[in-house]
Amino acid sequence: MSSYLSNNWDTILTALRQHIWLALVPVVLGFVIALPIGYLGVRFPRLYHPLVNVCGVLYSIPSLALFVFLPVLLGTKILSPLNIVVALTIYTVALLSRTVADGLRSVDPLVVESATAMGYRRLRRLVDVQLPVALPVILAGLRVATVANISLVSVGALIGVGGLGQLFTRGFQLFYLEPIIVGIVLSVALAGIADLTIVLIQRWITPWTRFQGRTA
Amino acid sequence: MITFDDVVKVYPGGSTAVDHLSLELPTGKTTVFVGPSGCGKTTSLRMINRMIQPTSGRILIDGKDVAGQDEAELRRGIGYVIQHAGLFPHRTVLDNVATVPMLLGKSRREARAVAAELLERVGLATEFASRYPAQLSGGQQQRVGVARALAADPPVMLMDEPFSAVDPVVREGLHREFLRLQKDLGKTIAMVTHDIDEAIKLGDVVVIFRQGGHLAQVGTPQELLEHPADEFVAEFVGRDRGVRSLSFDSAADLPVRPLPADLVLDDAGRPAGWSTGESTGGTFTVADSLRLVTDLAISSPVGIAVRVDDHGKADGVVPHHDLVDHLAARRGRK
Amino acid sequence: MNLNYLFDPAHWNLEDGSIPLLILSHLWYVVLALIIGTIIALPIGLYIGHTGRGSFLAINAGNAGRSLPTLGLLMLMVTLLGLGLTPVLIALTVLVIPPILTSAYAGMRSLDPRVVDAARGMGMRPWQVLTKVELPMALPVLISGFRSAALQVVATATVAAAVGLNGLGRLLIDGLAVNDYSRVLAGAIVVAVLAVLLDLVLALAQRWIVSPGLR
Repeated sequence: MSSYLSNNWDTILTALRQHIWLALVPVVLGFVIALPIGYLGVRFPRLYHPLVNVCGVLYSIPSLALFVFLPVLLGTKILSPLNIVVALTIYTVALLSRTVADGLRSVDPLVVESATAMGYRRLRRLVDVQLPVALPVILAGLRVATVANISLVSVGALIGVGGLGQLFTRGFQLFYLEPIIVGIVLSVALAGIADLTIVLIQRWITPWTRFQGRTA
Repeated sequence: MITFDDVVKVYPGGSTAVDHLSLELPTGKTTVFVGPSGCGKTTSLRMINRMIQPTSGRILIDGKDVAGQDEAELRRGIGYVIQHAGLFPHRTVLDNVATVPMLLGKSRREARAVAAELLERVGLATEFASRYPAQLSGGQQQRVGVARALAADPPVMLMDEPFSAVDPVVREGLHREFLRLQKDLGKTIAMVTHDIDEAIKLGDVVVIFRQGGHLAQVGTPQELLEHPADEFVAEFVGRDRGVRSLSFDSAADLPVRPLPADLVLDDAGRPAGWSTGESTGGTFTVADSLRLVTDLAISSPVGIAVRVDDHGKADGVVPHHDLVDHLAARRGRK
Repeated sequence: MNLNYLFDPAHWNLEDGSIPLLILSHLWYVVLALIIGTIIALPIGLYIGHTGRGSFLAINAGNAGRSLPTLGLLMLMVTLLGLGLTPVLIALTVLVIPPILTSAYAGMRSLDPRVVDAARGMGMRPWQVLTKVELPMALPVLISGFRSAALQVVATATVAAAVGLNGLGRLLIDGLAVNDYSRVLAGAIVVAVLAVLLDLVLALAQRWIVSPGLR
């Protein structure tokens, strides 16, 4: 194992770096796109169920199919990382739009009502009251999306761009365990670190949640 | 003054919540809307700050039609307290109270200073300021709700079942607090409750609604108890309304007899019991109500209520039969 | 890119590599993985939810399971065990376990403790409390976890083709190998439709199994 690591250090680092980019750029893009979509699902309640259904269908498209398809749709090269980024952004949007909508719906209607009665206008009420109160639910969804993206990136290796996934295909083709194990360990560790980071951020920006579910 | 001028609210689907309501809520007084569920009391309240739009008719605050005003601006000038308080879970108690001053453009520092003062005013110690709502009891949350509504010093306050989510003992305390505050502040308050006792206790004017958004009767608590307009109101205020109406009559003009010999006094002249060894069961002063005197006379083992002066010295007694005569004469006067 | 491959009747004959047979093999992997995963995860989730012991495990199983890259796991298993159904089933089962475990736990934790208390107070034995009260009430949460597990495994079972097995992934992998995008499109559409249909069937089952009082 140690000889594998020392001989292939550069390859592994390159794969890891690519993996991080391919997984996290879609998280950021997807989150930014999902916020307004999720809000629409709450602002116009009739849109909520169609939204949930469309998101469900999008999420059920196999990642491999999407990776293969996007070059044809977008006119990109089959080996372009852009395909992976777009595909994972689509999944992130599918996952987070629903989460944002559910988060906003989870806000106690009495809280929204009292904000309205105090004289909040719609936009400021959303930014000052509804979004902060919905944060725990939204961030929980963000954790799921981030971890799912990190593990999905490797499927891209089947079309030649997959970060750590390339270690899997190489090991598989050469019948060689080391790269596969290193790839899995790094991928899981990356997911764990990303997940933990979001948890820490959540603790920091939603201090009030520590007291909920417990009466004074 | 808040004026309802022929206000109608019909919900989509055709149910009439408020049916041609015309009503005046006097400035500086507490007006309580009470009635069975579905009578339109909450709808009426919520039309004042335009949380609900009337189907027809006008609502005026000091002569200005609320319909002509910007919704958000209007609401910032009207305090609003609801059941369970509706506090923002993500803000500390202090920042909850500072909300409206900040909406009105005050700096965070100014708004927090106002908030701290108000928390003290509603009886919450400074240590609560930095807590989150989830760390407070129901009664404390409700106090914060009241402080938050008062923060911009609005002349008008709307309260929707503000005290119904807490237990009776806490509610009792909140009632006392409310009466004390209102005595100081003299806000124009519209309050909704389903509890007639609360309405009678807190209201200067009580408005009784009946099903379908009709007015059943408007009057002071005493008027409602003594002269219910019809069977519905009589039933609603309760069968013991006669005894309860005595709460509004002073014991001042009740004739008293000199202290009898078998009333035992201590060195300071305060009543210590009867010579038979039984307790007086409490005393009254001229500031108390006829209801208390009646209660004392009934529960006293010897059928006599004892009056004391401001220093607690016994200065007269009212036997059972004198009280009955007085009540009979009172009935004649009404 | 076009739909020619999907609508070519020749691809719907019952012969090796035809769409109907690929669907069947795909479903076979999915159903096996769901059954094995449920047998493993359900009792553990119910136990943890019922007793409250090991909550940490149940709460974190979801995210930990999601973080395992299925492709890597699959290729690891194949390298260790050789080609065949077993490595694929292991990889897919590992995917199925977390959502079922977590939802079984969450379903049991979502119960109103007063209802469970009332059941005990009426004289039900622990087994009766579990089967007559707790399980029926936990079903909505449990089934929604099962549905999301099913959706995931339908989409992911395509990777079986990457290690030489059948399933609808064949259309994707083979189509890609010969640059036949019509075949890739056919594969993607059939998988998505299969996922939606399966979810619909499970939704109907849910309506039928879950008491109307809990809707």
